[in-house]
Amino acid sequence: MALQKITNVTGRCVTVPGDDVDTDRIIPARYMKCVTFDGLGEFLFYDVRFDENKQPRQHPLNDPRFQGASILLGGNNFGCGSSREHAPQAIARYGFKAIVAEGFAEIFFGNCTTLGIPCVCASKSDLQAIAGIVSSRPEQEMTIDLVNLKIEIGTQTFPCTIRTSAREGLTRGMWDSIGELLEGNDAVDRVASGLPYMQR
Amino acid sequence: MPSFKRKKDIMGKTLFEKVWEAHAVRELSNGQTQLLIGTHLIHEVTSPQAFSMLRALGLKVRYPHRTFATVDHIVPTDSQQEPFPDFLADAMIKELRKNALEFGITFFDLPSGKQGIVHVVGPEQGITQPGTTIACGDSHTSTHGAFGAIAFGIGTSQVRDVLVTQTMAIGRLKVRRVAVEGKLRSGVYAKDVILHIIRKLGVNGGTGYAYEFAGSTFDAFSMEERMTVCNMSIEGGARVGYVNPDETTFAFLKDRPFSPKGAAWDQAVARWRGFASDPDCRYDDCVEFDAGAIEPTVTWGINPAQAIGIGESLPTVAGVSESERASIQEALAYMKLEEGQPIKGLPIQVAFLGSCTNGRLGDFMEVARLIKGRRVADGVKALAVPGSQDVAARCRDMGLDKIFTEAGFEWREAGCSMCLAMNSDKLVGDQICASSSNRNFKGRQGSTTGRTLLMSPAMVAAAAVTGCVSDAREVFKQ
Ligand code: SF4
Repeated sequence: MALQKITNVTGRCVTVPGDDVDTDRIIPARYMKCVTFDGLGEFLFYDVRFDENKQPRQHPLNDPRFQGASILLGGNNFGCGSSREHAPQAIARYGFKAIVAEGFAEIFFGNCTTLGIPCVCASKSDLQAIAGIVSSRPEQEMTIDLVNLKIEIGTQTFPCTIRTSAREGLTRGMWDSIGELLEGNDAVDRVASGLPYMQR
Repeated sequence: MPSFKRKKDIMGKTLFEKVWEAHAVRELSNGQTQLLIGTHLIHEVTSPQAFSMLRALGLKVRYPHRTFATVDHIVPTDSQQEPFPDFLADAMIKELRKNALEFGITFFDLPSGKQGIVHVVGPEQGITQPGTTIACGDSHTSTHGAFGAIAFGIGTSQVRDVLVTQTMAIGRLKVRRVAVEGKLRSGVYAKDVILHIIRKLGVNGGTGYAYEFAGSTFDAFSMEERMTVCNMSIEGGARVGYVNPDETTFAFLKDRPFSPKGAAWDQAVARWRGFASDPDCRYDDCVEFDAGAIEPTVTWGINPAQAIGIGESLPTVAGVSESERASIQEALAYMKLEEGQPIKGLPIQVAFLGSCTNGRLGDFMEVARLIKGRRVADGVKALAVPGSQDVAARCRDMGLDKIFTEAGFEWREAGCSMCLAMNSDKLVGDQICASSSNRNFKGRQGSTTGRTLLMSPAMVAAAAVTGCVSDAREVFKQ
């Protein structure tokens, strides 16, 4: 399967502050009552963006200055909790192309990578510096360079990290592993045939 | 030096390494491993999109006889009568039924008498076995590790991968041995042990690790208790948690519907035994806790590590490190609690007994024993929700349902219920719920301002009968 090679992502940013932002917050469970992922974008962070009467609360995603942002800036342990792929799906469908955070929960990280959303880590102080630039100049574009592992915003450059397997997959256009997994079918049957519990 | 080399060669392996090696198919170009998933469990929330992807690609389920489905998250628990009043929920069960039929998958459907929460059903049916790999589109799949399986929670794209190839791409985890040694004090339960571990190691302390739960405390645990602990590995950031299989494991599995029978049983047990970590294996990290130091533990905040012993008070902002302050303040504000206040005596409005953490027979037996002849406090809504139809039936056979209803609990049908409130069981406004479930995130129990306190079933019972957070040991004079 030919996928786009994701070597860098450029776009405007928005900060969603706080550590341990869980997937229940990213997409509340009641919006998972669906048999497709279509339309999930509008419910992204719903309960922190809107009150009981569906009126917008103060939230960075509701702030006109950050409309059109395509890079999400988060804190530590971003995406913890439920394994629901509805969370990265909602993030992607809202229009985000990449996430920069201090750290990511493991299942969330894997889910994002499979959808072609790079999740890169930056240090707390660098993230604060980036967030500072973004809040004073929301129109400023930022580039995440996955090849050279750096983030460029305005005149500033920051280092970033991403797990090697994810970086390999993204930059070589193989972030969705299904194609390669299918190639292994014969080997799979061989391994399965040696395991008693796999037999009928 | 030859002697050194030989020693290295014969060094033992962890269960994780053995199971991994038995299931590794090959290395992928990104450095990850293509890992065979022997058992695939699916449910209605995270599978429909995966089946749509299969249809779009014109692909089939590769090992349908190793794929098992149940319906749990959206099932109403007041009545399982179809059609469900919530048409979205109704559409989801119909979709799963259709997919199971079309692709030839075993479905523990509502009329089967075997339906329930996926992590209760797998072990109960004997599908969860030692030395196997298990995946499910649900983060609490770690529960199955209690049997010495390596069990991963996965996203929907990986559900698709496993359906189509019976494998997934994954990087190898490190292994941390989390030992608890000694005897728990009376009135302290498996739930307290895991809440204590998460409190000490943090919500992301386990990132990149599989947790091997070991030591005399886990050795003495029943399978249900081991499941409670492994269930919440993910709350500590560890994707996988497991306990080495032993006689307790084999006794539990004997004569279950999907357990091997006859001569195959003996062969299986011999094989399973071999998967346990070798005494001379090497761990990437080790930690140890003293069982006797663990108190009945209650969460007060918005992540599972924000927990304290029942006799303790909430932290003060000044008393924690700089890096923790913002999250403590956020939690206090959301929970509408004061820093430094005692947790004991905090009024509750809802008590929830159930979920894949504590919705098994032993949980209901223990609570029934405690609440027999007692009454739920005025103004408290108390729900008892069995984790499966099988648990419900066994409870009924033992007359436990009557004890619950006579005490003023609502006795419900099997499902996830108020653990995540995808059905109509929800908190209202900023109600406080004493809950035996596993997550206390903002809004988790269905109200955007609802507040969850995680605790053991006995502590839920104590809160239910007193109307406030209480020490079960005092309430029930243990
Ligand atoms: S009981 Fe709760 S945690 Fe367990 S599977 Fe259901 S929703 Fe998830």
